[in-house]
Amino acid sequence: MSLGAEQLERLAALARLRIDPGEAPALKDALERILGLAEELAAADTTGIDPLANPLDAVQPLRADTVTESNRRDAFQAIAPAVEDGLYLVPRVVE
Amino acid sequence: MNWEPVIGLEVHLQLATRSKIFSGSATTFGAAPNTQASAVDLAMPGMLPVLNEQAVRYAVLFGLGIDAEIGRRSVFDRKNYFYPDLPKGYQISQFAEPIVGRGQFEIVLGDGTSKTVGITRAHLEEDAGKSLHEDYHGQTGIDLNRAGTPLLEIVTEPELASAEEAVAYLKALHSLVLYLGISDGNMAEGSMRCDINISLRPAGSDTLGTRAEIKNVNSFRFVEKAIAHEIERQAELLDSGGSVVQETRLYDAERDETRPMRSKEVATDYRYFPEPDLLPVVLEESLIEELRATLPELPTAKRQRFQDQYGLSAYDAGVLADSRALADYFEAVAGTCSDAKLAANWVQVELLGQLNREGLTIGDCPLAPDALGGLLARILDETISGKIAKQIFEAMWQGEGDADSIIEARGLRQVSDSGAIAAMVDAALAGNPEQVAQYAAADDQKRKKLIGYFVGQVMKTSKGQANPALVNQLLAEKLPD
Repeated sequence: MSLGAEQLERLAALARLRIDPGEAPALKDALERILGLAEELAAADTTGIDPLANPLDAVQPLRADTVTESNRRDAFQAIAPAVEDGLYLVPRVVE
Repeated sequence: MNWEPVIGLEVHLQLATRSKIFSGSATTFGAAPNTQASAVDLAMPGMLPVLNEQAVRYAVLFGLGIDAEIGRRSVFDRKNYFYPDLPKGYQISQFAEPIVGRGQFEIVLGDGTSKTVGITRAHLEEDAGKSLHEDYHGQTGIDLNRAGTPLLEIVTEPELASAEEAVAYLKALHSLVLYLGISDGNMAEGSMRCDINISLRPAGSDTLGTRAEIKNVNSFRFVEKAIAHEIERQAELLDSGGSVVQETRLYDAERDETRPMRSKEVATDYRYFPEPDLLPVVLEESLIEELRATLPELPTAKRQRFQDQYGLSAYDAGVLADSRALADYFEAVAGTCSDAKLAANWVQVELLGQLNREGLTIGDCPLAPDALGGLLARILDETISGKIAKQIFEAMWQGEGDADSIIEARGLRQVSDSGAIAAMVDAALAGNPEQVAQYAAADDQKRKKLIGYFVGQVMKTSKGQANPALVNQLLAEKLPD
């Protein structure tokens, strides 16, 4: 499967990756090979096989609805780059 | 062109669990920022989600409440997008196999007709945190207390045809979830938020037009205004030969307009895939039956029963069945006084009126239902008139005691002694010879008015305590033919 430059750009945008133009050809190559593998898998005959959500033959255990966590904000915020008024500060996300 | 709106709603309902859907953090509203955000909610490396049993039970209860197919097996998926209030970079949601499948429920419109609204699905997911864009020196502040709060996203079929129907649906849904006890339904605190999908098509056509989605509308009034505004916008666009662009818009309540969200805020490809950190959820039949057995009588059924059992009008039944607390209150009053219509009337007019004036809900009502029932019983046994009862109601509201003690303390007992009333009637006639003469010469219509005048005179003398039926009867006997 061949990947256009535009598709590569879109994938990078969705993954929030900035791609160095010099790296693009090699990356495109590698991605095409990965997609080739996916195509090979997609070609397998799956008639009559139920979709598999999880390979483990088990069901989800449930926990009781009780509050078990205490406030550890100070510990968490000690490793945050910027905090103020108890909030984590991040680069502005709206114009 | 005559356009017909086609509207579908997606409601995000916060479930009333104590802890989050995948962690043991508290969900209390209004806590100081990030004091209810644990390592799981913050997406620290290695943290794994564990599903909250109560969130599952609430979702199933909702499904049973709308007579839906319950997903015996449901699967969580990752919905991938980047935003700083979503630390994992994905939201855990359900996509292909939701916990609640097709269902429906009935809404009542303003003109009294009802309509069945199809529910496409309802699925469990986690809420995101909050982003605060103001006041942080050009940066955005992130509060993750809300991250991981359990949501049930309830999706309707595109079957609503007007803003009125959309609001009626939301009110009915609000009433239902409060009956089920699965959410606090507090819209001001964001417990019920609504996305609106809306398109227009030529009236009578059965193909759907291109739709726009309006995000995150959080009050009944704003839903109504946003829809009205969007219908107008799309009609103008189509009438002038343009076309509607499929896009996500935001409703700005201050300017009463919708406008497109900036492209940066719109994720265009969520790349759903099964969440590898969670196994499929399998519901045992016994759990579903256990929950079915706890279902309360739901609003639609209660409304019907109030009409059948108590002979109430559809309107009165609708008002009283709107909340479970009000319905229970009404039935307790009706039980105490044994006259459901009188109880319905008093609860709707006097009680709801007083609660409204004081900005209270039925839950804060200072008057117990048996106290109100006791007052109504005194009207029914003719100890007092309805008019005096209103005075006593006021006094009871102020905490002066029960009806009987107020009647005694204030000497409000109705005078039903025919001798005493006859004397008052005689005095009224003797004191107003002119009106008596007018009465003798008058036609039926005028006579009615004059009787009203004489009743007024007697009531004045009796300080409102004369039995009105007896006064009327004696006047009829004593006035000239």
